[in-house]
Amino acid sequence: MRQLGLARRLARHRGAAVGLLILGALALMALAAPWLAPRDPIRTAPRAALQAPGGAYWLGSDQLGRDVASRVLHGARISLTVGVIAVTIAVVIGAPIGLVAGFYGGRLDALVMRVMDVLLAFPGILLALAIVSVLTPGLTNVMIAVGLSAVPTYARLVRGSVLSARENLYVEAARAIGSRDPAILARYILPNVVAPLVVTATLGLGTAILASAALSFLGLGSQPPQPEWGRMLSEGRDYLREAWWISTFPGLGIMLTVLGMNLLGDGLRDVLDPRLNT
Amino acid sequence: MLTWILRRILAVVPVLFGVTLAVFSMLFLVPGDPVKMMLAEFVTNPDQVAQMRAQLHLDEPILTQYGRFVGGALRGDLGMSIRSRRPVTTEIGENLASTAQLALAAMLVAIGLGVPLGLLAALSRNSWLDLASMGGALLGVSMPSFWLGLLLIFVFSLQLAWFPATGGGDLRHLVLPAVTLGMIAAAIIARLTRSSMLEVLGQDYVRTARAKGLGGFSVVVRHALKNALIPIITIFGLQFGNLLAGAVIVETVFSRPGLGRLIVGGILNKDFPLVQGVVLFVATVYVLINVLVDVAYAYADPRIRFTRA
Repeated sequence: MRQLGLARRLARHRGAAVGLLILGALALMALAAPWLAPRDPIRTAPRAALQAPGGAYWLGSDQLGRDVASRVLHGARISLTVGVIAVTIAVVIGAPIGLVAGFYGGRLDALVMRVMDVLLAFPGILLALAIVSVLTPGLTNVMIAVGLSAVPTYARLVRGSVLSARENLYVEAARAIGSRDPAILARYILPNVVAPLVVTATLGLGTAILASAALSFLGLGSQPPQPEWGRMLSEGRDYLREAWWISTFPGLGIMLTVLGMNLLGDGLRDVLDPRLNT
Repeated sequence: MLTWILRRILAVVPVLFGVTLAVFSMLFLVPGDPVKMMLAEFVTNPDQVAQMRAQLHLDEPILTQYGRFVGGALRGDLGMSIRSRRPVTTEIGENLASTAQLALAAMLVAIGLGVPLGLLAALSRNSWLDLASMGGALLGVSMPSFWLGLLLIFVFSLQLAWFPATGGGDLRHLVLPAVTLGMIAAAIIARLTRSSMLEVLGQDYVRTARAKGLGGFSVVVRHALKNALIPIITIFGLQFGNLLAGAVIVETVFSRPGLGRLIVGGILNKDFPLVQGVVLFVATVYVLINVLVDVAYAYADPRIRFTRA
């Protein structure tokens, strides 16, 4: 019943509805890429290099004669997967840390939060860069690096929610009737954590996709000939003068994906937590 | 006030200590032998490996190594780059000005664009102007900087030939990278300015100012904007860190010299001392800037000093 209510409220929220529409279309494209793509995204055709959009190649062909449309479609698969895995890593590690630190407090909390403060001292993409440099470049390591670098964000967020939830009278009541810690955590604390976590994770998906594409753009992520959007942009950079389409369409793909996540995330925040509404 | 500032500065010491520890341990988190990894592309015989190990002092006990690392860092010695064989500090020094210039110019773009846009949106709440500015800000937040950079190069360098596409040097080289880098921060600042301004405009003192007959401009600028900007100061520090990190990408797009190019080159060349040095340097600058921002914040909003101290 509550699920239905949430879906309906999201559909009524203009931003969230647009975001869902964009993401739904992208997810469909990603799932159906092998059938939708007119050509093999990896096979080269030197004679058909640098064809302008329209005609045989809707979105043109790149410097090796690969079909840009097919590569962009398959790229949606890679970007969405990378984003989801990175955020999953961040949530799976960060949320329990915040949960435990916030619930038990004391020295454990102080220690954990100092460690998180140190990790937050590396701004933006710098922490992910440092982790990739340790793990060596590659798409898998980019997911791990982007995921790990977002752990402090989730740990702090969850800890904050737990700290405020812990003060509720019903938690004290549960303790008074003899509930054990794990039961209190699961039944009374966790529900308070879920809403902000879902909002942040949705917005975090956009950030993770941006960061992963950026690392691939820098040459630290996906390796050729993978049709990854960030990589395609960096390859297209050298042909900007004669073939703008090589870098333009993957860039549009990244932007639409992130825009969809941001719209949905903002909408979720409005719907799930009216108190945060600004 | 002075005690508060001192306390805030002292609080940074453990964080910086942790940062050195994290950067130092990078070498030990490498899967396998870092020395062999660094030498991977070269002829390796056991002598060379041993020599490199000695050069990096990896043959000493870990605590000694860490002491050497922190002691060196405090004296401004971050070791030698294993590729260029020059001190890391020298490499950073040569590239610092270019990145600082870019980050500051981007900050100017961000403030110059973000604050007026947010102000306009707040003053014309729910009008098409509000919708357009906030839509623009949302696009700005979702735009990958490396794509925006390429679009700007395509339009303003290749088509219109107004600005050079790549390289560093004079101010003309700075325009496109600064706009590229500043755009995301501008979007974030615009959104924050709008919400902060809307909150302030609903306050009693604004109503009082209006009630005593002050004109719209005076109310907006002297009473509302001044107070609305206070929370915005706090994100300057955060945004400045994002600008420093974002410079890594923008410098690569525009082939502009700077710390970003330095660190990406270091990662690709497996030049660990160089990567560690730049990471440590940028993180330290970021932490220190945040202290400055906090102090500025406390100065701008006296309430902070008394509640947080």
